[in-house]
Order: sequence, then C-alpha cells, then structure tokens
Amino acid sequence: MENIICACGHSNPYGTKLCEKCGRPLTEEGKETKVVDMRYDGMAIRSKTYNKTFIDKIWNFFSSVKVGITLIIITLVAASIGTILPQEMYVNAPEANKAEYYEKVYGWFGKFYNSLGLSDLYSTVWFQVLVGMLAISIIVASLDRGIPLHKSLKNQRVKRHESFMKRQRIIAEGQVQNPDATLDKVEQKMTQLKYKVRRDGSALLAERGRFARYGPYINHVGLIIFLAGVMLRLVPGFHVDETIWIREGETRAIPGMDGYFIKNNEFTLETHDNKPQGEQLAQGVNVMAKNYQTDVTLYKQPEGALPGDLDNLEKVKDYSIRVNHPLKENGFALYQMNYRLNELKQMNFNLVSKANEEEALGQIEIDLTNPKKEYDLGNGSSVEILVYTPDFSGFENGEPQTKTSIPNNPAFLFRMKTPETPKGEVSFVEIMKPPLEPLGENKYRMKFAGAETRDSSNFTIRKDSTVPILFVGGIIFMIGVVIGSYWNHRRLWLQVEPDGRVLMAAHVNKNMFSMKKDLDAVTSFAELPQYEDQLEKPEDAEKSEKRGIKKKEGDSTL
Amino acid sequence: MSLIDISGNLLFVAFIAYLVATLLFGGSIKQSNATGKNTDKWGKLAIIVTIIGFLSQLGYFITRWIYTGHAPVSNMFEFTTAFGMFIVGAFILIYFIYRLTALGLIALPVALLIIAYAAMFPTEVSPLVPSLQSHWLTIHVITAALGQSILAISAVAGLIYLLKVVDLKKPSKQRFWLEAVMFFLVVVIGFVIATSIFSGMGYESNYTYVDKEGTERQITYNMPPLFGMNEYKAVEEHGMSPLVEMPALINAKKLTTVVWSLLVGSILYLLIRLITRRRISAMFQPFVQRVNLHLVDEIGYRSVLIGFPVFTLGALIFAMIWAQQAWSRFWGWDPKEVWALITWLFYAAFLHLRLSKGWEGEKSAWLALIGFGIILFNLIAVNLIIAGLHSYAAS
Repeated sequence: MENIICACGHSNPYGTKLCEKCGRPLTEEGKETKVVDMRYDGMAIRSKTYNKTFIDKIWNFFSSVKVGITLIIITLVAASIGTILPQEMYVNAPEANKAEYYEKVYGWFGKFYNSLGLSDLYSTVWFQVLVGMLAISIIVASLDRGIPLHKSLKNQRVKRHESFMKRQRIIAEGQVQNPDATLDKVEQKMTQLKYKVRRDGSALLAERGRFARYGPYINHVGLIIFLAGVMLRLVPGFHVDETIWIREGETRAIPGMDGYFIKNNEFTLETHDNKPQGEQLAQGVNVMAKNYQTDVTLYKQPEGALPGDLDNLEKVKDYSIRVNHPLKENGFALYQMNYRLNELKQMNFNLVSKANEEEALGQIEIDLTNPKKEYDLGNGSSVEILVYTPDFSGFENGEPQTKTSIPNNPAFLFRMKTPETPKGEVSFVEIMKPPLEPLGENKYRMKFAGAETRDSSNFTIRKDSTVPILFVGGIIFMIGVVIGSYWNHRRLWLQVEPDGRVLMAAHVNKNMFSMKKDLDAVTSFAELPQYEDQLEKPEDAEKSEKRGIKKKEGDSTL
Repeated sequence: MSLIDISGNLLFVAFIAYLVATLLFGGSIKQSNATGKNTDKWGKLAIIVTIIGFLSQLGYFITRWIYTGHAPVSNMFEFTTAFGMFIVGAFILIYFIYRLTALGLIALPVALLIIAYAAMFPTEVSPLVPSLQSHWLTIHVITAALGQSILAISAVAGLIYLLKVVDLKKPSKQRFWLEAVMFFLVVVIGFVIATSIFSGMGYESNYTYVDKEGTERQITYNMPPLFGMNEYKAVEEHGMSPLVEMPALINAKKLTTVVWSLLVGSILYLLIRLITRRRISAMFQPFVQRVNLHLVDEIGYRSVLIGFPVFTLGALIFAMIWAQQAWSRFWGWDPKEVWALITWLFYAAFLHLRLSKGWEGEKSAWLALIGFGIILFNLIAVNLIIAGLHSYAAS
C-alpha cells in the first residue's frame, strides 16, 4: 500500500483521513464535509484500511463497533430469557427430577424451556461463546483504534492547515489589532483555565484533559482482566467449592482444605420477636430469622502428621460463623449456609420387666451416630443391638429398611438378656410405637427414657484464587470508566497572522457545554472574534431541515 | 410524637413541596413565554421549594434510619421512596449544572409518582433477615439507587426532547409511543387511586388456594377480586366473588391489582382527554417549546455519563462484594442480578451507539426512555413477579 503525500509534504500511512502533520483532509469525503469526522483524530485505522486476507476479515469483523453493539444486545436479550422461569439452581427439586419439575409446575412451556436448555442458560456453551466473542470484540476494537489514537495524540503539531481548522465544529475568523498581544493573552487565559499551551510561531494549541481519551481503553483493559479471571475459575485448582454438614460436638476434616479440621461447638438460631406484618404476612412467613450462627473451633494438623490422626490437632482459632461473617483462613472461607434443628443425638432406654415397669434393671444410652453392639448392665443383664436403622421406613422381605443415614426416625432390633431370660428376648422398637415382638411374647421390654438432640450446621467451603484478579479488573474498569466519563479532552487551535487575520478552532470529545464556557471566557478576555458552532443552526433552519438532512456521524469521539 | 411519626410527617411535607415546586416550574416557563421576564424569580422560587422538599425527605430518611437502626432501603416502600428522593437529588445536581427549568417540570412529577407508588406498600418497620444484616446493604443499595436516579434524569431529558420534536399533529409511530409513555404515567396514578380507595374502605377478602407446588395456602385480597387464585375457596368474602379462576402459575391477586390500576388509569385518561380535548403530550408541549434541543440532548448524554459509573459501582461491583460475603459467590444469576447486568449492558450499548454511530438527538432520547423502562422493570416486575433472593422479606 502506498503512502499518501499531503500537500504539506508529509507522508501519511495508507488509510489516513487527516494529515498527521497539518490536519488537511486527505479523503474526498473529508474535503467535501463542513465538519470533519474527528474520531481517532483522522488516523489510519487498520480495520478501515485493509480488507483482503482472511485475517483482515476476522479482524474487521471483531473491530466493528456495530458488531460489538450487536453482541451486547444479543447477550442482553439472552440474559433476560434466562429470567423467564427460575434457573435450575434455584429450583427446589432433586437433581434428577428437575426436568420433571419444570413440566409439572410450568406445563408445556416449562418442558419446552427445560428441553431447550434455557433452564440452565448461563452455563450453556453458546452463552459462554457469546461472552467470549464480546471479549474478543473488546480486545480487537481497542487495539484497532487505541494505538493509532495514542500515536496521533502524542505527535500533535501546533500548527494546522486552514482546511483542518475550518472543518472543526467550533470556528472563529476575523481581525485583531495586535497579533502578538492576542497570542499572549490567549496563552495567559488558557493557562489560567488549566490548559496546557504550546506555541509555534504564530500558532497556538491549548489542550486540557488529554488523558480522558484513554478512559475507554483503560476500562476495556479492566473488563478483559475481569473476564480472564472468570475464565481462570474453570482451571482446576483455582477454585474450591465444597460443602459439609457437621453436628454439634463433632470434629470433622474440612473437604478441600487439607490438614484442617473443624469442630461444631454450638449452633444458634435466633428469631425476631416481631408481630408478622406487611410483606411478611402477605407471604405467610410467621417467624423471621434474626441470626444463624455456629460457634466453631478450627484445628490444624501439625506438619508431617498422618492423615486421619486426630489426636494431636493444633487449635487455630475459635470463631462464630454467621451469615455475612464467614470464617476466613489461609485463603479459604467457610460460610453458614444451612442448618437442621433438633437432630436426635442419643436415645436412652430402660430395661424393664413388663410386670413391674417402675423398677428398671438398668439404662442404656445409645449414641445414634455410633451405637455400640452390646450394652452390659452389670447385674447379669445385657442388651444387644441386632439391627439399627437410623431413618426407618418399613420392612422389606422382613428386613427393616432405612431411608437415609440421618437419625430422623431411629428403630432398633434389640436382644434383651436377663438372669430370668438368659437366652434373650427379641424386640423391635420404633419411636412412639408399641414394640413388635417377632419371636413370641416377651417378659421384658425396652422402655423409652428420654433422648438428647443436637443441631447440625451446613457450611460451604470456598477458595477462589481468582478473586484478586477480578478485583484488579474491577478497579481498573472503574478507573477507566470514571476517567472517560467525568473528564473530557478539550483543544483550542489559534493562528494569528502578522497582518492581524485570526483563525480559531476548537474540539472537545464530549460535553461541548463546558467547552463553550471556556471559549466565552477566552473570547472576551483576548477580544477574539465571536465563534460559531457549525452544528447549531438557527431554530427555523433546523425545523425545515430536520427531516431532510442525512444524520451526521457522531461528533463525540472515543 | 415519636421518631417514626416525625419521619412520616417529613415525608408528607416533602411530597407537598415537590407538588408545589412542580407548579412553580410550570409557572416559571409560562411566565417566560408570556413576558420573557420574571423567569428568574419563579425559577428561583421553584428550585428553593424543591430543595426544601429534598431536605425534608432527607430528614425522613435519617429519622427512619435512626428509628429502625438500619438504612431505610430494605423493603419495597423504603427502597422506592429513597429512589424518588435520589431522583430529586439528581435533578437538583443537573439543574445547577445546566439551569434548565423544563427539567423540573418533568423530573418532579416522575419523582412524585414514584413516591406515591411507594406509599402503597406496607410502611411498617420490619426487622432484617440475617443476609441483609450487613453494611453492604447500605452501601450497595444506596449507590445503586443513586446511579439509577442519575440515569433516570436522562429519560427526563429524553422526554422533553421528544415532546418538542415529535409532530403531534400527524399520526406517527413516535406520536403513538410518546402518548403511550404518558398513558403509563396515568396508570401509575390509577394504581395509587385504586389502592388508596380500597384501603380507605378497609377492604379485605380471604381465600384459600392451592399453589403451583400443590400446597394449600391462604391469601388476603385488598382489592375486590377480579381474578381468583388456583382452586380458590372463600374464607371470608366481601362485595364480589372472583370473575375468573387463574391457573396456579399466575398470581391472581397481583393480576387483580394490575387490572384495577389499568381500569382506573384508563378511565382517568379518557376523562382527561374528554375534558381537555387534547393528547397529554400536547398539553405538555407548550412548556418545552423554548428549550434548546442541543442542550437537552447534552443533558441526557451527560446524565448517562455521570450515572453509568455510579451504577456500575453500586449495582455490580458492590453487589458482587456483598454477594461474596453473604452467599459465598460473587455472582449467582439471580433474576435481580441479571436485570442489573441487563441495565448495565443497555447503557453500555447506548454509549457505544452514541459514540460511534452518531445516535444523538431523537434516537438517543428514545433509548434513554427505554433504559428507564428497564430500570423500572427491575424495580417493579422483578421484585413482584420474578421472585428471587432480592424479593423482600422472604424467610
């Protein structure tokens, strides 16, 4: 590709719209328009220049802002579709029955929604590809435009050609009495307005807030870092997500956190003692929780200990885990997620003679998580547990069955031996039910003598090594977006010829309102000719032209 | 008088002040049309009354905060009221940058409607569930609401722009949609009127019904039931029986409220049209005839520029920090989160369209209105229809 030689003699790269040196428009289109397109200061943009090879085409596709906006809109619409019905993770049904749940609760639409994968939309490949394409678009578009813009802003000349000046949105032309004094006054005023002023002979360039032009590129960098952090979570090791149920009094190894153990000392549930009202009443919520708290002790195995060796644990700390107050240790965090109240811990039974229930031969205390095989009562009597079902659900082929391993409904098959019945009598005992005596009527029975309960807590264990990356990305994004939004790049060019002819032009990338205040100030201070806003037409002209004129390109620039 | 009564009275004073200020802003524009003088006097008075109202509402906010012990942004009434207050705050900020009185004529009625809407929800003080007991409740919600309010000002500017440029004499899509926006505002008034009348009458009907998971529940209607819940049975019924029974998926009580609001709103709208013999847009049009379109367009753009970073910080970044602390993950695709992301993406698209496609003026104004629509959808529909972690007062 050939370079473009400007009338001023400067050799510009192919694709340049405004001469890098003097600012003369180089394209036919540029020469014809009244107000020149100042985006990227007229530099050659790769995507607008090359369109030959396959790579060019891919590059051009992703660098297009139109494509970027389309991707944003598609992502937006897709995301909204995912909120029509609750996502799978919020549905209260076992994993295997989710599809059924959608059909049962939401009918044909639910079935359709679920079968299209919309019920787990945000984990679908196509949604992630969409976000990935958005990320590529951000990277390519930023490189495509950011680099030329940076070069152009860095190499700005003070003196620009008249054809450049006259094609700015704000222009002024006229005569002044004393050229040198005018230049000095403008410099003085603009410096006072915190502009950086450069002079080159009879030309002057005052510039303020150039860094604002970098805002969008900085926030795009932040976004990319953030998205990279999110993607890193898919790499094993960067992200631990485990869960543990632990009963009061228990000490258990923490899954995902090697060498650490946790003891549940006590779980507390507090409720507000308010009278239900308003929304609470409307939703039928009777009691409102005030606090979920588990007091725990965190232990660590000493260096070099055998796994499973619980005898020599070192205490790390005591902590009360509450909602919003996770336990943090070594990059891990434990969150209070769920609880179960009043789980049976221990059941006590008295061995009594049916003839005289008041006098017990002895009491057995059954630890429901770790029952003993046999309890010796000393006086020649003993009780043997033949079968224990923690969560009894009925008999199958004569065998008692258990639904779960949680002692929700414990049942026992006992063999009771006493001096009177040395061979032993067999009895099946279930809470709140008369005992079954499968091998004939017994003389003795196990009489319920109380139970102890305890609460159980559920924690989520998280470690997310990507959080610092996400944080850095977020901060960079905020810095960029603030710079780009709250500051603007203002420039004023002024040329005063020795004969007193003055030419002024101004450009601002956004917020012309504030720029005009500066212009008013400098115009009256240095007695410059009144400027004109070439885009602002008198009201009448505007009305008649409104429907006819072709919409202009944005005068705001990235 | 207890602190909570003082708080309620301050809110009432604020409401009246905004109402008066709206009239004053109208007067200031009328005056300037007639004589070209006195604008300053009326305009100054209007903004002073606005500021008095704002300070009074700030008083409501602070006293309620002291009384409840947490930032009053934890239920529908509190949040929506605060949103109205921030809109007025954002308007005052933008007013002092651009000094455009027409802005007040639209911004204040919008804030009034929002506060009136808020007052239709239970105003009792309710305690916080554990997940809300965090300083991040204050930080996240206030920043997010502030961002949304500043973004809302761009819709106000957009509406002014459209009222001026849309030709109301010839039928067009623009004319239709502009009037549709006005109709929506009247429906909000309809909601306020219907709710106030029925609650003034102390209306209540109780039913049992079967919910979508098959459990039997009870429900209390505060408006005469047009629609019945799934397999409803009357426990204590007044006035009328439901006309139609709805399937379990649809909350017939909320549908009843929506339809009553639409009914009352439509009647009100028809009355306005019959009495004035004009479109509501046409009634507002004379007030905006003298505004400078370039300036209004710039105000709209500037509000998005100011609001977007605040919104990002509050609704996304602070939200993620809090979610990480309360629920162990910074992002959970909860409907409210998704709609915050959608709002953010929409305004990102708005900025890109404006920057590189030159979508300024009318197109930009329509986009600003759509953006505010998304914000309102997130506030109203997502809270009330799509239940999630953010639907208030869930156990």
